[in-house]
Amino acid sequence: MPIKYPSARAGLEGVNGDSTAPVAEKPGVDPEAAEVAGLDALELQPRKDKGALGKRIWKSTWPKVLAIAIVLLIWQITVWSEWKPIYVLPSPTTVFTDLGNVITTGDFWDGVRVTMTRAFTGFLLAVVIGTIIGALVSQFAPLRAAIGSLITGLQTMPSIMWFPLAILLFQLSESAILFVVVLGAAPSVANGLISGIDYVPRTWLRVGQVLGMRGFAKYRHLILPASLPSFISGLKQGWAFSWRSLMAGELLVIVPGALSIGVRMQQARDLSDSSLVICYIIVVLIIGILIDVLFNAADNALRRRWGLLSN
Amino acid sequence: MSLLQQKTGSVVRLENVSKSYGDLLALDRVSLTVGQGEFVCLLGASGCGKSTLLSLVAGLDGITGGTLDTGGRKVSLMFQEAALFPWLSVRGNVELPLRLQGVSRPERRQRAEELLGIVRLGGFADKRPHELSGGMRQRVALARALAQNADILLMDEPFGALDAMTRDILHDELERIWREQQLTVLFVTHNVREAVRLGDRVILLSSRPGRVIEDYPITHERPRRIDSPEVAGQAAEITDRLRAEVARHAH
Ligand SMILES: Nc1ncnc2c1ncn2[C@@H]1O[C@H](COP(=O)(O)OP(=O)(O)OP(=O)(O)O)[C@@H](O)[C@H]1O
Ligand SMILES: [Mg+2]
Repeated sequence: MPIKYPSARAGLEGVNGDSTAPVAEKPGVDPEAAEVAGLDALELQPRKDKGALGKRIWKSTWPKVLAIAIVLLIWQITVWSEWKPIYVLPSPTTVFTDLGNVITTGDFWDGVRVTMTRAFTGFLLAVVIGTIIGALVSQFAPLRAAIGSLITGLQTMPSIMWFPLAILLFQLSESAILFVVVLGAAPSVANGLISGIDYVPRTWLRVGQVLGMRGFAKYRHLILPASLPSFISGLKQGWAFSWRSLMAGELLVIVPGALSIGVRMQQARDLSDSSLVICYIIVVLIIGILIDVLFNAADNALRRRWGLLSN
Repeated sequence: MSLLQQKTGSVVRLENVSKSYGDLLALDRVSLTVGQGEFVCLLGASGCGKSTLLSLVAGLDGITGGTLDTGGRKVSLMFQEAALFPWLSVRGNVELPLRLQGVSRPERRQRAEELLGIVRLGGFADKRPHELSGGMRQRVALARALAQNADILLMDEPFGALDAMTRDILHDELERIWREQQLTVLFVTHNVREAVRLGDRVILLSSRPGRVIEDYPITHERPRRIDSPEVAGQAAEITDRLRAEVARHAH
């Protein structure tokens, strides 16, 4: 093969022609395609065997089971030590027998329904309001200067402080409770969205620019999906705040006719029924944990799709 | 007559283009033309303004002085990171530019299929970006850039983060795609051999301020190999020139 412009050094080294080794070509197989495919196959990690489903479930549950067992044990030991009279601090067996009786009544489920309806309405309202505020704040610089730190300040405010005002504004009504629940949750939701939008990686923004994304398309195809993980953690935190605010509200704001979990707990206290009070504590705990599990599942599913999980 | 001269018309023309960031003069009166179908490599020491030059050509940033003419042609830009969107599948990433252009769903699916075929990733359409290796991701990014149907493809050290073996194979791939798709490429690299391996021309930029100091035509027959003596020889010559330029900054 003639070289038209041999470089100085190549000339010195006295090299000529084609140094490409002849490739043994099988008919019908493109050797280059095979190279590429081979490299791809080598670079992809083999799929890890996750193990049997039962084993995995056991692996993730046994620490929880152990934790519960430890708590029950300490509780039982405290009861045995007769630190408090048995009618003030009943034993786990008494409480769980009572719990079994309570949750088989329709009344109890009515209470759960009232409470969960409030929780979901309040949370959804907070999500809508928080999202709108978050979007506005991340959009307009003056708004950010004005409201940005206020939002963070609101987050640190114990929600129970709002109830006196809420009661004056809305009397003893559902609105008073919703008011506080929304105030508790909306700042977290807004903050989640704001930081999501703020921390969209620069390289992605550059890609968006190169692809000519502008205005709405940029939000639809880049900013919003990119801020999703942060938004979800905002939602999760918002839920935790709204659930706490709601429980405080149900103890303070007794709306006539609405026999929520909080009201039932108050009634149990008025009857000095410690066991029933503890039953409701356990119920509230379980509901909280269940919803948290849902949020974590959503979060993990997202992380897995994005490849952000290390395992 | 060389292959170079047969190719008609310039698609990118820079005349005395300057770019300053405040006090810092990043590019100083850079003149450069890239012909239709040409593969031009930009070479220079770190911080000499190669990335700046590309972002000017891509229209991501405005020039401070001179004229820059791409004749209104569409420009696409690829980076060292593939920067694929993790919320989209491989197919979704390649379809995105088409979606933004308002291409209908079936058409876009078909085109994405074609493009993934071109970068030899036909079977990976439904994977997530994180499931692919670095080299494969970079090929998806190439398919995404091709989906923009741009006339000019700018590449900013696209293989800089890959291992030598993968890079070698991707050179062959890029050369094939460039030939088959009749692309015009402006390719930035630190790697002299890579530049000689790929380019029709290698343009050397000086540092602080960035100026064009050499324009080497590379006329070795294609397909080339990065380890062939011709490529190595010319690379050595260019490296010497580059070192002399860097040494100029010693005092
Ligand atoms: N947005 C910016 N603002 C201020 N200075 C900048 C900006 N972008 C680049 N520069 C400066 O301009 C000069 C050229 O930068 P550029 O990134 O184009 O160099 P490069 O040749 O691509 O370097 P490398 O080889 O490291 O990628 C550098 O000194 C850099 O600090
Ligand atoms: Mg650069």
